[in-house]
Amino acid sequence: MKRLRSLFLAPAWLVIALGFWIPMGIVAAYSVLTRGMYGGVELPITAESLARFADPLYLGILAKSFVLAGIATVLCAVLGFPLALFVARASSRKNLWLSLVILPFWTSFLIRTYAWVFLLRDTGLFNTMLIATGAISEPMPLLYNDGAVITGLVYGYLPFFVLPVYATLERQDPLLRDAAADLGASPWATLLRVTLPLAAPGIRAGALLVFVPSLGAYITSDLLGGSKTVLIGNLVQNQFTAGRDWPFGAAAGMVLMSVVAVLLVLLLRRDPESLL
Amino acid sequence: MSVEQSFLNLRELTKHYPGHEAVRGISLQIQQGEFFSLLGPSGCGKTTTLRLIAGFEEPTSGQIWLNGTRLDGLKPYDRNVSTVFQSYALFPHLTVRGNVEFGLQRKPPAERERAATELLALLELAGKEARKPAQLSGGEKQRVALARSLVVQPDLLLLDEPLSALDPKLRKQVRSELKAIQRRVGITFLFITHDQEEALSLSDRMAVMNAGLLEQTGTPRDLYLHPSTRFVAEFLGAMNWLGDCGIRPEAVQVSRTPPNGGSRALRATIIESAFLGNLIHLQARLESGDRFTAEVRAAADGFRPGDTVFLSWPVENERRFQR
Repeated sequence: MKRLRSLFLAPAWLVIALGFWIPMGIVAAYSVLTRGMYGGVELPITAESLARFADPLYLGILAKSFVLAGIATVLCAVLGFPLALFVARASSRKNLWLSLVILPFWTSFLIRTYAWVFLLRDTGLFNTMLIATGAISEPMPLLYNDGAVITGLVYGYLPFFVLPVYATLERQDPLLRDAAADLGASPWATLLRVTLPLAAPGIRAGALLVFVPSLGAYITSDLLGGSKTVLIGNLVQNQFTAGRDWPFGAAAGMVLMSVVAVLLVLLLRRDPESLL
Repeated sequence: MSVEQSFLNLRELTKHYPGHEAVRGISLQIQQGEFFSLLGPSGCGKTTTLRLIAGFEEPTSGQIWLNGTRLDGLKPYDRNVSTVFQSYALFPHLTVRGNVEFGLQRKPPAERERAATELLALLELAGKEARKPAQLSGGEKQRVALARSLVVQPDLLLLDEPLSALDPKLRKQVRSELKAIQRRVGITFLFITHDQEEALSLSDRMAVMNAGLLEQTGTPRDLYLHPSTRFVAEFLGAMNWLGDCGIRPEAVQVSRTPPNGGSRALRATIIESAFLGNLIHLQARLESGDRFTAEVRAAADGFRPGDTVFLSWPVENERRFQR
């Protein structure tokens, strides 16, 4: 029995080892090596790349990544909670609403992000419509700024917030709301004192699922943020391509991962089931 | 008792769902301080009636008056009624104290704490304040639910089969505690149950409900001894039927010789004898082929399957019903 179990688990462990732990080890090793002339890495071992992160320029990029990811997470929560509540409380067609939430996943993230370029650019749908209605005469600068990046992040990761929150709301006993009303709580008080606290594990999980990928996002900021918005994801990408500074790219990745790991540990310590 | 003076007054209350009439026009008056039971089989509309009084559902027609205030149309949080749910519906994220204080939000903290402490003591929950509902036994959860509802000092407490989730032993114990608590707090209780024994033993008065209508209202003794419909007669204890005439098993006397006058008597053959401790349950077959049940004192034992006996009962113990 035990041997059989190991046999079935082996492929998954192999994939995790080959696909995750070994590359992670390589990245960690690169981050303490010296930059090669034409990309790649060379000896000797040095902490120079990691130390470069003390530069205000890079700390600024890291901080900006956190701020944008944080704003995107808060917006996802503000938009996503009512949506999840609506779907969970819908008396019929729950599956239809859920499918609509998940539908965008059926096409590539890249294509969907490009679609936002067509919506936001000067000759895009929004500006064209606003000019046509006479609301504005000159196109508004909707694209290539932080707002566009946040919009793209919220759009891209909203379903990741909605789904876990929906799952916790769906599980709630509707009698609890009756009981709250029975004890004098208005619908708002019931929402704040019963529904919201009971949905907290889903909200934490959803926030994490939005925040972590937003923190490392680079497609969104690359396409929608233009050259003005450089996030840590773009920094990493740049070092491995045009920058040809693999150790620094790897160091940036390691710094980002360490910060996320610390956050996860803090969250898990508070609520060990928040990721389930 | 006049309708105008009654504390809780249901007037021609109906509730229709698409394709289903759950409550089909019930009128009921309950006095202040009464322990009143609504007894009926599942699906008879008793829980719907409770939900209408609590305000979780609005009636299709009819009125609900409580202590001079018209309740129908008011939101549940504007009605001075509280409910003990069958599943208790305790807030799982709050402690015992948090649950009990839930309904006291508008009171100052000191008063909130004092009132909750008093109820926790009354229901013997002192020392359990910091526990979460998941850490409580069934009986403790039931007492928290009761404390949570009583602490807001409702005019009327609705109890939806509050004992049915308890194991049988505990159920009897909690049943007598419930009665004692009601006497102490003096709050009017409307108790919903499908268990005739609970209704008979707890109630000052009770009503039997069937298919969305009230069959009969009265004291437990009235309803048991003078059921006005066949349904009530059968729902409250066992009944033997001879056409339209019903005889309770405990009214039947069993003898080996024909009884003297004053009683009706039938010849029968014993087919089964079950010893119940203080009582013997006898199953007999009449000459007509119908079965008849008699309940006799254990001291009168001696009847064996196959014995020919006479079943008799005082004529005044017969109950006649229209078919």
